Amino acid sequence: MPVVLNARGLSKRFGAVTAAHEVSAAIDKDSVVGLIGTNGAGKTTFINMITGYLKPDAGAITYEGRDITPLAPRQITRLGICRSFQIPQLYSSLSVHENMMIGLGIVLANAGHGGFLSRGDAPVPGYGEPAAQVAEHILARFGLAEYRDRNTQVLPGGVRKLLDIALTMVAKPRVLLLDEPTSGVSAQEKFGIMQMVLDAVRAEGATVLFVEHDMEVVSRFAQRVLAFYDGRVIADATPEVALADPEVRRHVVGRLRAAHA
Amino acid sequence: MRRDRTVAVIGTAFVALAAGGPWLPQWAMFIATVAFARGLVALGLVLLLRAGLISFGQALFYCLGAYTAGALGRFYGVSDIFIEMLVGGAVAALVAFIIGFLLARYRGIFFGLLSLALSMILYGLLVKTEALGSTDGFNIAPSTLFGVRPPPEWVRYSVLVSAAAVAAAAALIVHRYLQTPLGRLAPAIKDNEIRVEYMGASARKAVHVKYVIAGALAGVGGALAATAVGHIDPDMAYWTTSGEFIFITILAGTGSVVAPFVGALIYGSIHTLAYGLSPNTWQMSLGLALLVLIVFLPEGLWSLATRHARRT
Ligand SMILES: Nc1ncnc2c1ncn2[C@@H]1O[C@H](COP(=O)(O)OP(=O)(O)OP(=O)(O)O)[C@@H](O)[C@H]1O
Ligand SMILES: [Mg+2]
Repeated sequence: MPVVLNARGLSKRFGAVTAAHEVSAAIDKDSVVGLIGTNGAGKTTFINMITGYLKPDAGAITYEGRDITPLAPRQITRLGICRSFQIPQLYSSLSVHENMMIGLGIVLANAGHGGFLSRGDAPVPGYGEPAAQVAEHILARFGLAEYRDRNTQVLPGGVRKLLDIALTMVAKPRVLLLDEPTSGVSAQEKFGIMQMVLDAVRAEGATVLFVEHDMEVVSRFAQRVLAFYDGRVIADATPEVALADPEVRRHVVGRLRAAHA
Repeated sequence: MRRDRTVAVIGTAFVALAAGGPWLPQWAMFIATVAFARGLVALGLVLLLRAGLISFGQALFYCLGAYTAGALGRFYGVSDIFIEMLVGGAVAALVAFIIGFLLARYRGIFFGLLSLALSMILYGLLVKTEALGSTDGFNIAPSTLFGVRPPPEWVRYSVLVSAAAVAAAAALIVHRYLQTPLGRLAPAIKDNEIRVEYMGASARKAVHVKYVIAGALAGVGGALAATAVGHIDPDMAYWTTSGEFIFITILAGTGSVVAPFVGALIYGSIHTLAYGLSPNTWQMSLGLALLVLIVFLPEGLWSLATRHARRT
């Protein structure tokens, strides 16, 4: 399979903390990759560097052969690399539906339908429907229809998390980076949420990277695992191999077990 | 969804004013014209406020528009009211475009204080410029309308209708802008710029655009005020003038493009009344009015209209 996203030698320091040390990973097109590691291992930093929010001190990132290291998050988003957040990033004064419409409006504007006379009823690229309908469909798909007119500030934590992910759908991501999409929900719910999200993005093919602390969820959904420890990638293999790796067992799985026990 | 009556309200108000205007007393025409001028500035501030930004220095553009109108008459013999407003707005927009590259990087108190600082620089420059009358400023000849000079008893009315026409056009344009995808971005910028960026838009560019529109509106308002009053001076750039515009904006609230003009009219009326009652303590009366307003109408006049709509 061709490589869609290629990170080479990414390093990032914050003062004395090494958040990334020569992190390299070549991600295959349309694969599902699990990112694991204890707290502070550098998973979010990796996502922040891929999406342009943090600039690596060294190293480069290419997307479909193109160097995206110097680009800003909005430019990377426009290329089809989208992300969700560990702590949901919503528009707190707006309703769930309005949150979606903001995103769809930006997609329309970037496609040249945002001019002074535009009424916002042009078909959304990739969806072929007006924004209002696309919003309803995405909300329905994520089980958010009943919260449609609620202000996001009053939503329960799990719903905020889902909306945060649903908001990444507006731009039809080609590569989706999910930062702990199932945090804060019960172990049983995790599987349902992951299935729903993967169904939603992968219908038309997309590459998914997700950060997850539950190894059962990782084994079920990931085709490949990147294990982080202390800013380094200590394993890059299939779930069976990676989760059985002694170093991973010592630094990641064991610690998580201990932490959860 | 609530039906949008903005266009109908603006159209009706304009026709009513144009038809009923001739029966208004001269002083009322003057108050209304100045209210349109200030309302234009407040309309621009509403755009910024919706994105969470308060400019403490919008008088910069108001004064630029006024001095542009004054300079047109004094140095080029142009006194047509529409040309004055057009060029006044254009000069203000150009300056807003240039300083917008700096200001669009700042938020919160830094944005406010930087805009204040820039307006005080203009004030300082004008006070030192003999050719423009220093602190005294200078008078402006009565304006013509498409080259025609109206008979003296019709001057105030013709200026009023011109002001109303420009204000109505501005309100409609801003109303339309607020419905475009990027116009609707304002609350999103206020709430979460990181998400805006991660959705593929530039918050800085959106703020820059709003800043230029607000500057242009203030420039048009300044040119209008200049011809209506017939005199300009550096106080038009002074921070207290900016304060008046903020007062009107808060009075109006951010929910409607019509409210800034109503707010400006109320402000002008309170001001005139307070001044008439006690010329020495009118600031106190105005302060009290603002206090009452913030306590009882924290979302501005507009909340009255929507509260009513919800009940009916
Ligand atoms: N902006 C920043 N400024 C300073 N230090 C940072 C910053 N971002 C991350 N770090 C530090 O870098 C290290 C890696 O953080 P990162 O957020 O990438 O970890 P993580 O693997 O996502 O952890 P978690 O599971 O807790 O989310 C941590 O020590 C963190 O404190
Ligand atoms: Mg993290």
